[in-house]
Amino acid sequence: MIEVNEKIAIDHGLKKDEYKKICELLKRNPNLTELGIFSAMWNEHCSYKSSKKHLKKLNTKGKKVIQGPGENAGVIDIGDDDAIVFKIESHNHPSFIEPYQGAATGVGGILRDVFTMGARPIANLNSIHFGSPSNKKTKSLLRGVVQGIGGYGNCIGVPTIAGQTSFDESYNGNILVNAMTLGLVKKDKIFYSKAAGLNKPVIYVGSKTGRDGIHGASMASAKFDDKIEEKKPTVQVGDPFTEKLLLEACLELMRDDSIIAIQDMGAAGLTSSSVEMASKGKLGIELHLDKVPCREENMSPYEIMLSESQERMLIVLENGKEKKAKEIFDKWNLDFSVIGKTTNSKNIELYFDKIKVANIPIDLLSEEAPEYDRKWKKSKLPQKIKFSKKDFKNLKITDVLKKILASPNVCSKEWIWEQYDHTVMGDTIQKPGGDAGVVRVHGTEKAVAATVDSSASYCYAHPLSGGKQIVCETWRNLICVGAEPIAITNCLNFGNPEKPENMGEFVECVEGLNEASKYLNFPVVSGNVSFYNETKDKGIKPTPTIGGVGLIKNYKDMITMDLKETGNIIFVVGKTEGHLDQSIFAKEVLNEKKGPPPEINLFNEKNNGETILKLIKDNFVRSAHDVSLGGIMTGIAKMCIKGKKGINFYKYKGLIDKFGFFFSEDQGRYIIEVKKENVDKVIKILDKNSNHYDLIGEVIEGNISINDEPNLSVDKLADYNKDWLNKYMVN
Amino acid sequence: MKSSVIIFPGSNCDRDMDVALKKFGFKNKMVWHNDNVIPKSDLVVLPGGFSYGDYLRCGSIAAKSNIINSVIEFANKGGLVIGICNGFQILIETGLVTGALLRNKYLKFICKNIFVKANKTQNKYFNKIKKDILELHIAHNDGNYFCSQDDLNSMQDNDQIAVRYCDSNGEISENSNPNGSIQNIAGVFNKKKNILGMMPHPERVIDNCLSSNDGSYFFENLLSNMK
Repeated sequence: MIEVNEKIAIDHGLKKDEYKKICELLKRNPNLTELGIFSAMWNEHCSYKSSKKHLKKLNTKGKKVIQGPGENAGVIDIGDDDAIVFKIESHNHPSFIEPYQGAATGVGGILRDVFTMGARPIANLNSIHFGSPSNKKTKSLLRGVVQGIGGYGNCIGVPTIAGQTSFDESYNGNILVNAMTLGLVKKDKIFYSKAAGLNKPVIYVGSKTGRDGIHGASMASAKFDDKIEEKKPTVQVGDPFTEKLLLEACLELMRDDSIIAIQDMGAAGLTSSSVEMASKGKLGIELHLDKVPCREENMSPYEIMLSESQERMLIVLENGKEKKAKEIFDKWNLDFSVIGKTTNSKNIELYFDKIKVANIPIDLLSEEAPEYDRKWKKSKLPQKIKFSKKDFKNLKITDVLKKILASPNVCSKEWIWEQYDHTVMGDTIQKPGGDAGVVRVHGTEKAVAATVDSSASYCYAHPLSGGKQIVCETWRNLICVGAEPIAITNCLNFGNPEKPENMGEFVECVEGLNEASKYLNFPVVSGNVSFYNETKDKGIKPTPTIGGVGLIKNYKDMITMDLKETGNIIFVVGKTEGHLDQSIFAKEVLNEKKGPPPEINLFNEKNNGETILKLIKDNFVRSAHDVSLGGIMTGIAKMCIKGKKGINFYKYKGLIDKFGFFFSEDQGRYIIEVKKENVDKVIKILDKNSNHYDLIGEVIEGNISINDEPNLSVDKLADYNKDWLNKYMVN
Repeated sequence: MKSSVIIFPGSNCDRDMDVALKKFGFKNKMVWHNDNVIPKSDLVVLPGGFSYGDYLRCGSIAAKSNIINSVIEFANKGGLVIGICNGFQILIETGLVTGALLRNKYLKFICKNIFVKANKTQNKYFNKIKKDILELHIAHNDGNYFCSQDDLNSMQDNDQIAVRYCDSNGEISENSNPNGSIQNIAGVFNKKKNILGMMPHPERVIDNCLSSNDGSYFFENLLSNMK
């Protein structure tokens, strides 16, 4: 075996002083297998060494939280002994190198995190971010990622119910692929990863181990350079069919109490799964690597421990249950092998053909892993841009609307989500394209709503406000479908934590999202951090992605955003201040990219959201949509397009400029459709709760009518909205 | 009425079909692919999904599975057999219905509601459905139906075209063809019309809160013919 030295350690992504610390802790030099294990456990992806200090502050508790961060996924209570298990995770680096497999295995990984806990996956979501449409790689990356997400999710038979796609040049060399899964489980049938008991058999199940993905976790913690294409062999290859079998086999085994602990082999494969289970149980673990089913010949202990082959699980079983468990995995044609046992040594001890090949105290891999207090730079709130009447002089509202609806970040993403099976399992009651996806809780009256959001340009302009904004937007999206928001999961995609600017973006975004999460009582129950999203020293815009989950007590009360009946009145609830900085209007139409993001007023946010929920409960809301990108006008246009209806705007008499009124992206606002006979009752409730509101128009057939401008046909608008992506992908 | 849904490894619409059949009054049993015998049934369903991963031509491995011989035997005796989506692909691979299902024309998976016109003459699947145009749902990558001109002629002569894609007004045209299928064919019968293979999923559209409720007509009609 190769003699380990400092240079080899550095090649493994460890820092000089980290290697020194390893030797000190071990009181000897590690061998190559041990070094591999240290490098996998101590890298950013597994150890959270740069982020831990800040993540500790997150608001993770709440009445409905059954399990917060630290497990395979978070768990929340949705009543009647039902619980929802959910998490979001990134698969950015692999997806840039090999978009199909990178995205596919991203979906596979998050699905495993959820069914590891005993839950049947019931919905997938994703948030994907690409470089500028004019970048030569964007189109093929987008096509590959979408096919990869679809290829995996469609095959395994879990509906993809919502998502988000954005384009920004900061992702030119580093796209983002974040995948989220929700699963359903009975509260008393949740499985955890904490091992317990001595001499319990450790079982390997699922696919065979190959050489794919060796050092995937280290790659995820490295930045990209020109040689990135050479990393292709470290991208894992997904097999959704095997995952489907693994899902069914695991759920079958979980029907009784044979399993003590279970952990999927995700990043850093067998290494992190075995170390985490033992570490949580304060136990040791002994593994015989020659017993690991391998698909390639002559695999070394080093390769076996670091392989990231997909669709594998590690299980600690009760004694005597091996035979029964094996029968289940045989039935599903999956490998099953007893590869070791739990011990009281508190070490991970590895053998190959009875020869000891590694022996490391577990503590050194988990608790003793480095933790850094990285330097970070506070960002200043940019100066507000003074827009003047002159800037809008030659503009027509209708032209602006057309341009915004056809812009890459606002246009319809139907080309994408039509490639995802969003109806399998027969419970999807709100498909992609709305404010949130909604699935019924099978066999009950309940439904679960889920959404995924991020706003990189707001976060880039001012991380603290941006962090708050996304949590609020997630909360609003759930409310718009009539769901009571319960909890969130976060996927924190940032640049290089060793750079104070990037680290500052991370720290302040986290601070912002935490503030909103606390205020709205919307706790974080799971998440993932992805650093080093940079190419040739240029980082991405900070992109925390938030996945939110809410509950609708009776699915028949769900709200959609399509306008329902002519004659109904349109309200905007929440105050429009005319904040145009960082808006789509400023960027796409005025070409002004500077300025602060819209301010978040958490009091108003909460108050407006709660009132909307009350109005929905009282049955006064026919349709609802939150005001986000592109402001009121864009929001209304989308409601018109979905409902194949039009709107006749009342004459605008406000104090702020009409462009500011119609296109500003002030936060905390909702558009709702109310029947004429209920208008007075709704106003009474809004007044009573001190919610600002504007009555802006009336639902009509077919056209958007703004008094001094020509009518816009909604059919034509729908084409503008849909065509951009279709044409982009075909040409 | 008794029905059996076959579960292949990789089937993923088996539960949805089970739910639908039970909702409309069938006594349904799930049958494992490795079994040799189908329990006593009036109807056998091959559900959608990706049987055996479909890494080979879709449905080809399932067509060689243990259970399939008894499905063929059941069908040859005149028993009612439905194959939906992957089930249709499997029926084709067994030779129980004619044709081939190619990759979709634009090489994309398509998941959306579509409209179809069904053949109502002399078959138990659509005969008494009052609605002329049904809004069903497709979700597939390989649903582009193809057959030789001779086969097409013979199927037309025998009235074996079961379902064709159309638009909301019933117009059957290139525009209403989602996947490039020859003659907009979405489903076919065998000669005796006891076997139906089709790409659209009736089991996904059986409630007003889902994307359509028109699948209900299909199951109600089927049941009414079996009583």
